[in-house]
Amino acid sequence: MEPAIAFRDVSYGIRGKEVLRHFDLEVAAGETLVLLGRSGSGKTTALKMVNALLTPISGDVYVEGKPTREWDPILLRRRIGYVIQEAGLFPHYTVARNVAVVPQLLGWERDRIDARVDDLLSRVGLPPEEFRSRYPRELSGGQRQRVGVARALAAEPSLLLMDEPFGALDPVTRRDLQLEFLALRSTWTKTSLFVTHDVREALALATRIALLHGGRLEIVATPREFLAEKSGEARIFLAALEDLPEA
Amino acid sequence: MPATLAHEIAELTGEHIVLVAVALSIASLIGIPTGISLTRKEAWRGAVLGITNVVQTIPSLALFGFLIPLPFIGGIGKRTAVVALVLYALLPILRNTLTGILGVDPAVVESAVAMGMTDRQRLFRVELPLAAPTILAGVRIAAVTTIGTATIAAAVGGGGLGVFIFRGLASVDSSEILAGAVPAALLALAADGGLGWIERRFARP
Repeated sequence: MEPAIAFRDVSYGIRGKEVLRHFDLEVAAGETLVLLGRSGSGKTTALKMVNALLTPISGDVYVEGKPTREWDPILLRRRIGYVIQEAGLFPHYTVARNVAVVPQLLGWERDRIDARVDDLLSRVGLPPEEFRSRYPRELSGGQRQRVGVARALAAEPSLLLMDEPFGALDPVTRRDLQLEFLALRSTWTKTSLFVTHDVREALALATRIALLHGGRLEIVATPREFLAEKSGEARIFLAALEDLPEA
Repeated sequence: MPATLAHEIAELTGEHIVLVAVALSIASLIGIPTGISLTRKEAWRGAVLGITNVVQTIPSLALFGFLIPLPFIGGIGKRTAVVALVLYALLPILRNTLTGILGVDPAVVESAVAMGMTDRQRLFRVELPLAAPTILAGVRIAAVTTIGTATIAAAVGGGGLGVFIFRGLASVDSSEILAGAVPAALLALAADGGLGWIERRFARP
């Protein structure tokens, strides 16, 4: 089967500094691939190429078999759900309007949007009658992030990009959201590309982990294989895990 | 206060308000779109802000003087006054539009782009609503300073409350000066209060 996303010899740099070098990676339809790496490893850069927020200097990123250069970026982005740290909700929109953004851009009918918003809010654990008309500033960090997830799912994208979505949350709330993400995932067939620097999160959520180091892909492995890694950057990440007292 | 004086104060205050309102409207119509386009064209930012900054530093009486010999925009009368006032009002409006839009949380702007908004949708649905309080603050600052500067418009035959002030200066009559200065000050306070109120309304979603 054709991969949902494919990076083919992708390089990227800003101001002469190479951020991503000859990056090759295929993301299979339906999997949750976690891009793991330290700050500056190029993982967010790779993610942002998928919805054409960034364009490779050389090489191509294929989404559903078509290079992002050939996609109309506006149409491409409306087909892809995007969740970022701190959610990036529109502060002047209510929760319901925030979730409705992409369906509205796509010109859905009012009734269909309302039903979809209520459905999604319940699915991310926010009772619609209580949360629909609130503003982002009236929510906790965890609630905002739930709205962010609902917003990304609103237009039923088959592809989901998540850039450290739970990074700014306290550990307890983060754990809750990770578990809910796993529960949600069991109900869908979406492909997710998930960026994190938290190896624990990567092991918990990934079907496969792609480890980036200094703009290069170091290994791609299932969580089980990753745990068995004996050398390189993977070992450094695992060591960081072991240094901590077990939770 | 004699009835003729009260009548004259009312008349010149009206003239003053019209002068300021016309200048502010034109300055907003130029300044806000220019400010918006500068958020898209980083290369022009320095030059345009530089020019408006320089205009701001020209003493107002001198600026009115410079305009008098110019064709079309100059001469003696209201038109010259309006042109000068627009030039002064432009900077705060332009600068606040620019900083207001550039000040929108980058995560919010990135979300707007990543959700597939066109540039126009991003501007009208996200950036302008969120920058509105800052833009309005620019208009408020421009309004208050224009009300003051407009008193000098009388020097080029622009009318308004400055007529009292110049007449009072010529005849060394401080009550005439006050007849111009006090209403001008009250106007400035009213504009500041009124626009400040609107600004706060916009700050709340």
